[in-house]
Formats: sequence, C-alpha cells, structure tokens
Amino acid sequence: MSARQVRNVAIPVVLLVALAFVPRLSIDIPYVLGGSTDTPGTLQLLALMLVFAGVALTYDLLFGYTGLLSFGHALYFALGVYLTAIAMTKWHWSFAASLLLTAVVGLVLPLLLGSVSLRVGGIAFAMVTLAFAQAGQILVQQNPHKLTGGEEGLGVDYHQLPEGLVGVFNTKHLYWIALGYAAAVFAIVRWAVESSPGRVWQAIRENELRVEVIGLRPFVFKLMAFVLSSFLATAGGVVYLLLIGGATPEVTTANFTLTLLVMVVIGGTGTRWGALIGGALYTLLDHRLGSLAGSDAVDSLPSVLKTPLQEPLFVLGVLFILVVFFVPGGIARIDRLGRRPRTLQRLEEALHTTQEPA
Amino acid sequence: MDTFVLLSITGLGLGAMYFLVASGLSLIYGLMGVLNFAHGAFLTVGAYATWYTESKLGGVGNVGVRFVLAALVGLAVGAIVGAVVEIALIRPLYQRHIEQVLVTVGLALVTTALVQAIWGNDARTVAVPSWVGDTTHVLGASIPNDRWIEIAAALLVLFGLEAFLRRTRYGLIIRAGVENRAMVTALGIDVRKAFTLVFAIGGVAAALAGVLSGVYFGTVDPSRGTSLLIFAFIVVVIGGLGSIRGSALAAVVVGLTQQYVNYYGSVHLSALGGLGDLSVVLLLGLVLLARPGGLSGKLA
Repeated sequence: MSARQVRNVAIPVVLLVALAFVPRLSIDIPYVLGGSTDTPGTLQLLALMLVFAGVALTYDLLFGYTGLLSFGHALYFALGVYLTAIAMTKWHWSFAASLLLTAVVGLVLPLLLGSVSLRVGGIAFAMVTLAFAQAGQILVQQNPHKLTGGEEGLGVDYHQLPEGLVGVFNTKHLYWIALGYAAAVFAIVRWAVESSPGRVWQAIRENELRVEVIGLRPFVFKLMAFVLSSFLATAGGVVYLLLIGGATPEVTTANFTLTLLVMVVIGGTGTRWGALIGGALYTLLDHRLGSLAGSDAVDSLPSVLKTPLQEPLFVLGVLFILVVFFVPGGIARIDRLGRRPRTLQRLEEALHTTQEPA
Repeated sequence: MDTFVLLSITGLGLGAMYFLVASGLSLIYGLMGVLNFAHGAFLTVGAYATWYTESKLGGVGNVGVRFVLAALVGLAVGAIVGAVVEIALIRPLYQRHIEQVLVTVGLALVTTALVQAIWGNDARTVAVPSWVGDTTHVLGASIPNDRWIEIAAALLVLFGLEAFLRRTRYGLIIRAGVENRAMVTALGIDVRKAFTLVFAIGGVAAALAGVLSGVYFGTVDPSRGTSLLIFAFIVVVIGGLGSIRGSALAAVVVGLTQQYVNYYGSVHLSALGGLGDLSVVLLLGLVLLARPGGLSGKLA
C-alpha cells in the first residue's frame, strides 16, 4: 500500500474511533457547544450534526459527483422520517417491520420518480424534482386519514422502539447510531464513486455527450446515482426520526432541500470531507446562533442589526452568499481562495449541454 | 352549467396569477439564462411593501386610492430590488450560471428570514375596495371580481412584455444582446444596462404578482413567495423553459386543471383536499413523459 492509501484509510478510522469516545468524555467548548459533551442536550446536537453531515454527503453524490441539481431531496429524507413514524405509531408495526417497509419504499419511490424526472436535464430536472417534493409536502399537510398529523407533526410510539433507544439517558446510543450512519454514508459514497459506475457518474458530470458516444446510456447511470443517493437520504431520515422522537412537516419543504444545497456548497462541492464538514457546521450554526443571538453582546446592538441576527437563516444565508462569491470551492478548498474549482465549471457545462438540443 | 362556468373563470383567474409569477421568471431565464430563485422573494417584498405603505397611509383618500398608491410603491420597490440584485449580485458572476442560481437561493433564504424577523409569521390583511370582493354574474355563475383583475393584469403583462421585446428599441437591444453580446457591445451599446433593465422588469412583474396575490388571498405572509414560486416553476417547465407564450398557455392549463380537479374530485371522490395541487404535479409528469421540452418544445 502506498502512503496515500494508508492515509485514506487511517484518517477516517482514527476520526471514527475518536468520535466514538466523545460520549465518554466531558469536553465543553465555550460558546460553540451549549454544554459538556456528556450531557444529553449536547450529545443530541452532536448527533444531529453527524446525521446532517451524512445527508449532505448524499446530496453531494447527486450534485457534486454526478452533476444533477435536485431541488427535491427533502422528499426522500422525509420519506424515512414519516413512513417509519406512521408504520410504528399508526399501524402499530414492529420497529423491524417498519424499517423493512421504509427500505423497500425508499428504493422503489426514487426508482419511479427518478425515471420520470431524469427524462429532462439541467434546470428542468431541478424544477421537476422540486414539483415531486412539493407533492410530498402537500400530502403530509393534507393529513390523509389523520396519518401524518398535518402541521402538528407526528410523535413516535415509544413502545415499538427497542429499549436502548428510548429516554434521555440513552442519548449516547442514538449518538453512536448517528455516527454509524455518517461513517456508513462516507464509506458507501467513497466505494460507489470509485467503482466503475461511479466513474461513469463523474464522466457524465464532465461531459455527458462523450459518455453517450462511447456507447453508454447516461440515463441508467444517472438513475443509479439518484436511487443510491435517495435511499441513503431515506436512511438518514430514519436516524433523524429516532433522534428527534417525531416527524415535523419542516423536513418536507423545498427550503429543507435548499439547506442541503447550502451545506454542500459551504463545505465544498464534489468533495466528501467538504460535504461532511458543511452539514455538521451548518447544523451547529443553525442551533447555536439562536442562543448566541440572545447573548448580551448582540442584545446591546441597535435593533437594525439585532433583528436580523436573531434569525439563524438570515446569518446562514449571508454566509452562503459570501462563500459563493469569495470561496467558491468551499471550506474543503479554502487554500484556493477565490478560485473557482473545476467541479463547478464542469457542473456549469453539464447544466448547459443538457439544456440545449445536442 | 353555471358551476362549470364558475370553475372555468376562477380557474382562468388562478392561471392568471400563476402566469404573473411565471412571466418574470420566464423572462429572466429566457433572456439571461439565470434561474432566479429569488423571484419568490421579490414577490414577497413587493407584497409587503404594498401592505406596509397602505397601513401607513392612514386617512389619505378612500381605500381604493390608498390601495393604488400602495401598489405603485410595491411595484417601484420590486423594480429597485430587481435592479440592485442584478447589479450587486448577478453581474459580478456573469457567465457563471451555477453561482448565479446559488446566490439567488441564498437571497431567497435571507429575504424570507428578514421578513419573518421584522414582521413575524402572521398573515397581514390587505385592504381593497369593497367592489373587489363582490361578484359579477356571467351565464348564471357568480364570479368574484378579483379574478377579473388577475386575468386583466395577466393579459396586460403578456402583451406588454411581447410588445416591449418585439417593438421597442430596448427590446431590440436586449434580444440582440442575448444573441451576440460581444457584437452589441462592439456597436457601442452598453448591454449591461439592458440586462439590469430585464431584472428590473422581472422585479416589477414579481411585485405585481405579489400585490395581486394579496388581493386574491386577502392577506400577505412571509412564505407566500416560496409557495407561489413552486407553482410558477411547474408552469414554466410545462410551458417550455424561457418561453413567455408557453408559460401563458401552461398557466391556463394548470389553473383550470387545479380548479376542476379540486371541485369534481371532492364531489365525486369525496377524497382529501389538495387533490388539485397533486393533479398539477401529475400533469407535469405526464407532459414530461410525452414532451420533455414542455408544450412549446424549446428543450431538447
């Protein structure tokens, strides 16, 4: 093994082990975390950061690696959240049966919707995925047969869950599940991207026409990436459900997908570490900015500054725009400040070639 | 029969509102290749500017005068926001369409958050003259008057935009700038100004849609822009990206479908509400399967 191969295995493994020990340690980073890492509140925040690190990476698999700009990723995440919750709470299915059902639907649904939406490319694809996700949001809002709980959301029936996943005392178990999820997504995405279909995905991003000329059908490969990414997002939805203990309609909205896009771009499009960092950082800021806005330093500001600062989305949106302008490569490529990464250039061309008749 | 007439005309009214949102989107995309995700934010800003002005006007004239004045302020704010966004955020990223989309996404998030921070999440009532809430009888059906306003405004925007692009000097410069930017610049014409104008017009169209959505729903709220934007996207894709006439046709089809399905669906199936919204998404799927380029077939 070359030094590079050793490093590619060693760094993730060391990081994984270190993160696995976090619930056993008592670390408090002032301002950044709300309390010591062995307290349930902080552990839950850390677990959320891990879940969104993973989900952001599933989005990057589509956007950064295959060049597909989807605005409907929320649908598949919400599927994991809602279907599992409904099966356990409304139909009184066992935990295992609910997971199985979610897994099956989590494969079939993206296969169906993906084969329709991938008939168009570029911006049209983005809008079609958005429309499908909108249908999901409408369904959840309409609350058919009182299944989804509408605006109120839906709590999980704790009796169906394994004992080790219930209660504040067991937050560390949920943390480990979230860590396992992020690690699994990382490993699967790396394996998939380096497999031969994965190379075709990147070739599609680079030049779809050339892939076609070679004699491969880009549609099939794009569908593979779409299904894999959606399925992993559904799995992330299940972990999120366990962590939060219920389903809320926010996860079905177009804004939810946009936050995934924001995470990936802030972290670095088309880089595995970037998406992970972006997802974790965004979640941290989203949760901590609110409490920081209540601090004395912000409180003493005039209301013109104070009012917007109290909205985490305002601060994150501004941060996002600044990143797009000045660090287009994201945090992962911060050493190349202001230079546009090749991935974005290729994405640009990918969007264009699929827009106009070839 | 009278139910059918009622559904058809209210469907046209709904379609007219979708077209008002879609027109600006389609204009900017068709001419500049920018998918303006902030279009919904422009709409929200225009609607709130109108509501805010109206609430500050107090005893000036009667309610009709106040509404018209406030709406004019709303449109002006829409134009200014559109132009400022183009100059500050879009122009520096010329030829970088991905970044342009991303910036408008960020702008949409920021604007919604800002409106929420300042005015809260509650819906705000827009005061309109009482005749707007009355009905007119057509073939035995009572049509709410606000639908006529929507339809009239949509026709005005459709023919106005077409005439502007085809018959005026500025329209000529814009179309030429789209075809060959370098050549138009070489002729000594500042194309950048023309593109700022396109964005300003898009901003006005969005603000108009915002004002009239305030008339249609009677209120404005921070998420209005986002929810209408999604229907506008559907309309734009069904109509064929970048084609204003295609958008107009698609808006009519979508509005009518939604209205018919909502009514007949709930009568005959006694099913859940929101069936009309779902039917629109289904319609989009069917159109894409049959004609991936949308009705006007501009796409590959």
